[in-house]
Amino acid sequence: MPKPAKGTGPQPNNPERLILDGAVVANEWRLVPADEANTEITAASLAPGKVILPLSLWQRLRADLAGRESEIGVWLDSDETADQLGPSASDLPLVAVHFPTFADGRGFSTARLLRERYGYTGELRAVGAFMRDQLTYLRRCGFNAFAYEGAQPLEQLLDSMHDFSDSYQAAVDEPRPIFRRRSLAG
Amino acid sequence: MYRYDERDRTIIGERVAQFRGQTERYLAGELSEEEFLPLRLQNGLYIQRLAPMLRIAVPYGLLNSAQLRRLARISRDYDKGYAHFTTRQNLQFNWPQLEDVPDILSELAEVEMHAVQTSGNCIRNTTSDPYAGVARDEIADPRPYCELIRQWSTFHPEFAFLPRKFKIAVNGAEADRAAIRVHDIGVQIVERDGAIGYQVYVGGGQGRTPVIAELIRDFLPEEDLLSYLEAIVRVYNQLGRRDNKYKARIKILVKALGPEEFCRRVEEEWAQIRDSADRLTPEALAWARSFFPEPEYRQLDAAVTEAALRDQADSDRAFSRWLERNTFPHRVPGYRAVRLSTKPTGVPPGDVTDTQLEAIADLADRFSFGEARVTHDQNVVLADVRQDALLDLWQAARKHGFATPNIGTLTDMICCPGGDYCSLANAKSIPVAEAIQRRFDDLDYLYDLGDLNLNISGCMNACGHHHVGHIGILGVDKKGEEFYQVQLGGSSSENTSLARVLGPSFSRAEVPEVIGKILDIYIEQRRADELFLDTYNRIGLQPFKERVYAKAS
Repeated sequence: MPKPAKGTGPQPNNPERLILDGAVVANEWRLVPADEANTEITAASLAPGKVILPLSLWQRLRADLAGRESEIGVWLDSDETADQLGPSASDLPLVAVHFPTFADGRGFSTARLLRERYGYTGELRAVGAFMRDQLTYLRRCGFNAFAYEGAQPLEQLLDSMHDFSDSYQAAVDEPRPIFRRRSLAG
Repeated sequence: MYRYDERDRTIIGERVAQFRGQTERYLAGELSEEEFLPLRLQNGLYIQRLAPMLRIAVPYGLLNSAQLRRLARISRDYDKGYAHFTTRQNLQFNWPQLEDVPDILSELAEVEMHAVQTSGNCIRNTTSDPYAGVARDEIADPRPYCELIRQWSTFHPEFAFLPRKFKIAVNGAEADRAAIRVHDIGVQIVERDGAIGYQVYVGGGQGRTPVIAELIRDFLPEEDLLSYLEAIVRVYNQLGRRDNKYKARIKILVKALGPEEFCRRVEEEWAQIRDSADRLTPEALAWARSFFPEPEYRQLDAAVTEAALRDQADSDRAFSRWLERNTFPHRVPGYRAVRLSTKPTGVPPGDVTDTQLEAIADLADRFSFGEARVTHDQNVVLADVRQDALLDLWQAARKHGFATPNIGTLTDMICCPGGDYCSLANAKSIPVAEAIQRRFDDLDYLYDLGDLNLNISGCMNACGHHHVGHIGILGVDKKGEEFYQVQLGGSSSENTSLARVLGPSFSRAEVPEVIGKILDIYIEQRRADELFLDTYNRIGLQPFKERVYAKAS
């Protein structure tokens, strides 16, 4: 099966509520899907308010969006890598990473690299088809916001944020692997 | 062996609770089949042809007697009183009930065991040499490194949803007894100028596209193991194909990029993380080693124990045969490593009953410091047996059906569960193994043939390692009927090679006869001490082909 062309695969939705920093909150951002209509969009035609743009659209409009920085976020699809945003991530208030299916685990690497390599400290939002049971892994890779699209109530999801109270390897939440945290008396 | 501390107990305990919740949500209809699938797989739970199958992790094959007894009890209480040793040195239960699995995991946790990542598209159980720590040709004991890898890979948040499954093997000896070049990553421990380090191989594997791994780093310093593994898996996670599961293993990525380009990307990634907290500290290495101390060996006079052993062997032919085939040299004078065979004729290779599991525990306690190792060819090793106890051990092992003196011979086959159990299989494999064992049951003939690996897989996923058998048998489906392809010349040792297909496939009934003809050619053509593989490598496929496919005149 050939890979679907850009913009024709599953797209993230805009749920009304999401989990941010461990609490259920209203979604204040509108995510613009990656589709062909994007070629029509200009900085002037972009409705006011907080929007999350596909990477390519943001790259095209970036210069024209000066002055709106606080309300422009970017989302990366699963075949886009952290280095495509690189250190410029730090100029953004929000970066979203798309999981077109829960089995597509590329976004875990993207998140870690944004946090650990490119020093991104703003809101890092998981969008798309991830599932409740991945929340611990997502959180450990640096996500602090979860625009969950599944069927379960968000309040129940909060229970799965901390399925594990300890971990073996280094990640964003705990930069020291367990062998640097144990008492190594043997 | 490695012992859990409070942190391990917490993590594994939380995993049991997590899976209990997931199972409850699934049974209540809150989790779909599709969503439950990766969750149960990462806990080793398959839904098979007849029942669920639960695969328990045995890190690098090492078990203590308490764990063996617990596995026996679980097989009795939750299964049909037997279990199966796998080619990843793990253990499988074939008949558990789905709703019992959380309780089984909880019983396992009590003896520091789990089923974490024994399946699914994640990093699987790290495998190694069953003679780790006792082999004479060992450069360094691989077990501390395996344990560090186990911990690094367990619930790795970045690598739980890889494009496909991911297998790592570590070998610490000169001879490769861990088949490292048919793994996604093969780590060979080496010593250069007095410093321990690793050769790193990437992109090997069996399955439907067998590939021998490429060497991408000739010397990796000891402290850099985890950061280098992380760099490899990160490159794979980002670039490995996800559109076709048959092209998703790292071997396909390494081929597509070319080993040089793949290596360049890994090195580039590694340069960014090699100074991270993943660098193994001297304290961490010493700590990992401290779990594998030298057992309290007795000072034995090897000359005396060996002479006594010779006397015992001279007066008992059966004991002498067992001694020759089923015991292995030990680096400590006066000791031997012993292989218990799980392959008497008529028993599916790798199957053991609950009472046999308990018997292994008893033998381990009595003869080998309470520990046993599962081997990748589905037998069990007692690594530290005094030579002057071998006769007693042999007699006890015989009573429990473990003393078949066939280790390394034709009838010591690697065999997957096949069509009798597995829903992926195209053909049965266990009856083929049994038919071959029945036909070639003359021990003198088997010994004359010498070292010979015959591996059987019931489908091209190659769980029975047919690509690396000296003789490989692959079950295929031809218009709904089971047929068997025969391959020759594979090896998973340090001179890894992939077997070549002999020709058109055979019916099940024909297989023993075909093997007989192949062995005839070997016996006719071998020179002096040549083993089967040597003769094959010298004369090639053609003479075998001619004999097997000769028209009856």
